[in-house]
Amino acid sequence: MNPKKQLMDGLINQNPVLVQLLGMCSTMAITTSIMNGLGMGVSVMIILTLSNIFISLLRKIIPGEVRIACYIVVIAGFVTCVDLLLQAFVPSIAASLGVFIPLIVVNCIILGRAEAFASKNTVGAAALDGIFQGLGYTIVLVILCFFRELLGSGTLAGIQIMPESYTPALMLVLPVGGFLSLGCLIAVMQWAMAKSAKKKEAK
Amino acid sequence: MSVTSLLAISLGAILTNNFIFAQFLGICPFLGVSKKIDTAVGMGAAVTFVMGLASAFAYLVNIVLRALGLEFMQTVAFILVIAGLVQFVEMFLKKFIPTLYTALGVYLPLITTNCAVLGVALLNVQNNYNFIESVVYGITGGLGFLLAIFLFAAVREQLEFAETPKAFEGFPIALITAGLMALAFMGFSGLKVW
Repeated sequence: MNPKKQLMDGLINQNPVLVQLLGMCSTMAITTSIMNGLGMGVSVMIILTLSNIFISLLRKIIPGEVRIACYIVVIAGFVTCVDLLLQAFVPSIAASLGVFIPLIVVNCIILGRAEAFASKNTVGAAALDGIFQGLGYTIVLVILCFFRELLGSGTLAGIQIMPESYTPALMLVLPVGGFLSLGCLIAVMQWAMAKSAKKKEAK
Repeated sequence: MSVTSLLAISLGAILTNNFIFAQFLGICPFLGVSKKIDTAVGMGAAVTFVMGLASAFAYLVNIVLRALGLEFMQTVAFILVIAGLVQFVEMFLKKFIPTLYTALGVYLPLITTNCAVLGVALLNVQNNYNFIESVVYGITGGLGFLLAIFLFAAVREQLEFAETPKAFEGFPIALITAGLMALAFMGFSGLKVW
């Protein structure tokens, strides 16, 4: 177990969205305002951590042939809990995330981590993995939301930031903006990774 | 329910509210299996088939859930139905149409985790579609996916030969391309059926 390495993996080296390229649908669909991004990120983090813990506990019991089906049932159970909790306590976020909350079931980050990590590691490591990968996902969502909301509607978390004379670039909050901004963000990531790899080589 | 309403649903699902370009459902297979036109079309056809079937079955399952007052189990029930359905389709194809089975290969089981399939089941319930409307929405939504992935694969085959800035190589440029296609699809948004 190596918490520091896991943290760096989750945030940068193995970032679920920017490097592993998982969970694209929700990333692009809901990053139109900071509140949406935070709500989605935290929901995924909670579900990912719980399902990682649970699957890690069950890893010796679940037979190999039907493991994917078992994982999906476990994940769907937690997603339903979170869905109901959101509807009960933060109905506005639940309404704006809409169908993307139940769709966390098929978010490849969660199934991917269950298959690649939780099914092979101890409970503690799996829990940390869930938290850190979830954190990496949330941070990417918030970065995307920040740019899309600020430039696309001139607000942040619903508060007017840009001066009145600023004409919002509406395109950014439309689906087009999702593709373009995520593409640019991944490009920046690839550029930074290539640069740091070069630096290491020089040493 | 009339023919025009079905036409409106179809047109919406294929063009104006395309599953990929307007609703962001099914992006993973869209980006993952669009390097070649053949495989892209195979994937699109398989998804269309499963989406149609899933819409029909999810509608029936939802009636049962409603009768039992278990609507909160919707997500769990739907994903199980879809997983079972995909498994069944796989076995059926293997036995009766082996050529199609080998053509689809690994993409078939992957459809279970395609969010377009679960998405269409959930959207049908949300929109209060009846049985026929649900099935039409499922199939035409799949056709929209097929159209999108076909066009995208065709562009991507050419993209292989294009020179791109180093940082944009691979995935980023594919996303930018998809973004430009989404922009083109926005042009359909004025389309209306009377």
